[in-house]
Amino acid sequence: MTDENQNQPQSNEENEKSKVEETKNQADESQKEPKAEPTTPKEESPSNKESTKNAKEDTSAKTDKPKPKKDRPKRPRKPRAKKEEKPEDLGPSPNQPILDHYVNVIKTNLGEEAIEEASINRNSKDLPTIVATPKSYFQIAKLLRDHEELQFNYLSDLHGIDYETHMEMYVYLYSMTKKYSVALKVKVDREHPVVDSLTPIWQGANWPESEAYDLLGIQFNNHPDLKRILLGEDWEGYPLRKDYEPYDVEV
Amino acid sequence: MIRTEEMLLNVGPQHPSTHGVFRLVVKVEGEIIREATPVIGYLHRGTEKLAEDLQYTQIIPYTDRMDYLSAMTNNYVICHAVETIVGLEVPERAEYLRVIAMELGRIASHLVWYGTYLLDLGATSPFLYAFREREAIINLLNELCGARLTFNYMRIGGVKWDAPEGWIDKVREFIPYMREQLDGYHGFISGNEIFLNRVKGIGQYTQEEAIQYSLSGANLRCTGVDYDIRKVEPYSIYDRFDFDVPVGETGDAWARYKCRMGEIEESLKILEQAVEQIPEEGKVLGKVPRIIKAPKGEVYVRIESPRGEIGCYIASDNKKSPYRLKFRRPSFYNLQILPKLLEGENMANLVTILGGVDIVLGEVDG
Repeated sequence: MTDENQNQPQSNEENEKSKVEETKNQADESQKEPKAEPTTPKEESPSNKESTKNAKEDTSAKTDKPKPKKDRPKRPRKPRAKKEEKPEDLGPSPNQPILDHYVNVIKTNLGEEAIEEASINRNSKDLPTIVATPKSYFQIAKLLRDHEELQFNYLSDLHGIDYETHMEMYVYLYSMTKKYSVALKVKVDREHPVVDSLTPIWQGANWPESEAYDLLGIQFNNHPDLKRILLGEDWEGYPLRKDYEPYDVEV
Repeated sequence: MIRTEEMLLNVGPQHPSTHGVFRLVVKVEGEIIREATPVIGYLHRGTEKLAEDLQYTQIIPYTDRMDYLSAMTNNYVICHAVETIVGLEVPERAEYLRVIAMELGRIASHLVWYGTYLLDLGATSPFLYAFREREAIINLLNELCGARLTFNYMRIGGVKWDAPEGWIDKVREFIPYMREQLDGYHGFISGNEIFLNRVKGIGQYTQEEAIQYSLSGANLRCTGVDYDIRKVEPYSIYDRFDFDVPVGETGDAWARYKCRMGEIEESLKILEQAVEQIPEEGKVLGKVPRIIKAPKGEVYVRIESPRGEIGCYIASDNKKSPYRLKFRRPSFYNLQILPKLLEGENMANLVTILGGVDIVLGEVDG
């Protein structure tokens, strides 16, 4: 972000200067130069107006006036484009070797097809993120806890997300011994959302899975006590689904 | 021969010792608990669903109502999540004000726990003392943000207001006062024979069990696990302070009591350093766009609340409000171990064990 912020005002100044030069040539007024050198784009527009007003008075070059106005809408687009480019310029993450290590261990133990995708989540403090296939989800979770080099013995968070095309489970694991974190995800079919329960591996997944069942309607295989944990047993529908119709629309 | 038969007993949802609307269906055989089933959800307000229609800044007051005993940490977790995904920087002075507010909140929260826990165990006077000191903290926070419980003080990129003049000095004066009172608490409770008999060896679990059940906060540290997010994954400016993490050994109610009382002392240490280090002047709100849009992607952050690890997950599709918001609520996770702890216990220990977990129902139900 800092790089970007530094770049923005500079580019604005440059644009501005070129415009100032344009108006200067049109109006032939060298006195307006110091007035038309503000740094922020907000202050810039009135000063441009001033110079164009003066251009009106002194010369009759009305056709040149719309030019700076046409340029203005372009300016906000530039930083947006930069934002999109930015993640590519970040370079390799310091956590990339750690992720590669996890992926290696999983692939050597469970085969190449166990992992659907593995990446570093740049938005979330460079968190290594592994997407499992529904078949290998339970096996990977078990391996993450039991393997000597991984030892993710603490389940920090578990919840589901409705992406409309599919459901997703998000599991955040932490290793008390190795002091590492990893996110494990799995995509679940939305029409028949069934996935293996992690409660046999971590007891702490019990209630969070019930919550995912309650609010999103995801079924868990081998769950000891899957029930409507927050809502009543007779509640219809799953509120956190995107197509849920509220009981009382006005609420 | 006395004939005994199993009896179903309903504790709550309206019962003073449940600290909110929490129901426990207990199957007892004489005085012994055979089975306990927690029933939750009486306070479910659907914060996560509501947040999907709200702008990021509008979500902050809803977090006040989750864990209403330490609303400052809840304010922080949502701000921290948005700041992480958007990549905003927080001014120095705002960070210090946040830490001071959060640590004051932590002390206040532990004081409520201390007072009500001993009230559960039959001691009336500690409650009065604890609430007297809590009142001093609440007055301080009231001066800071104009509210006593639901602060809505933090903003994405900083805090709402700078501290009023002389406020930092008032916090500075509060620290030795609180230390003195804390000594008093230890004097009349920590060595009390009746109290010790009621908590020592009660509600005991091992380190492995605590990790297996995803416990956090004092509930985890009482077994000897040195796990405090302020230390293991320092957020905000916690890496600048010198403080210890109180860790127990025995994993019973007595260890949890010692951990929480120790945490008050450590919070005072942090406060002491923070009021010395805080910059005299400076902005309290960073450069934040008028309408905050998080870039497409997801973020999960976690911080240490008085009750344990509170996390916030945001899935964003580049709009003004989150696509999916999820709070990892420590009380919800901590409560899972309750049926296991109560099994085979004496009925009289039910309140000791439940109180020792330190739950806030607003947080359990979300």
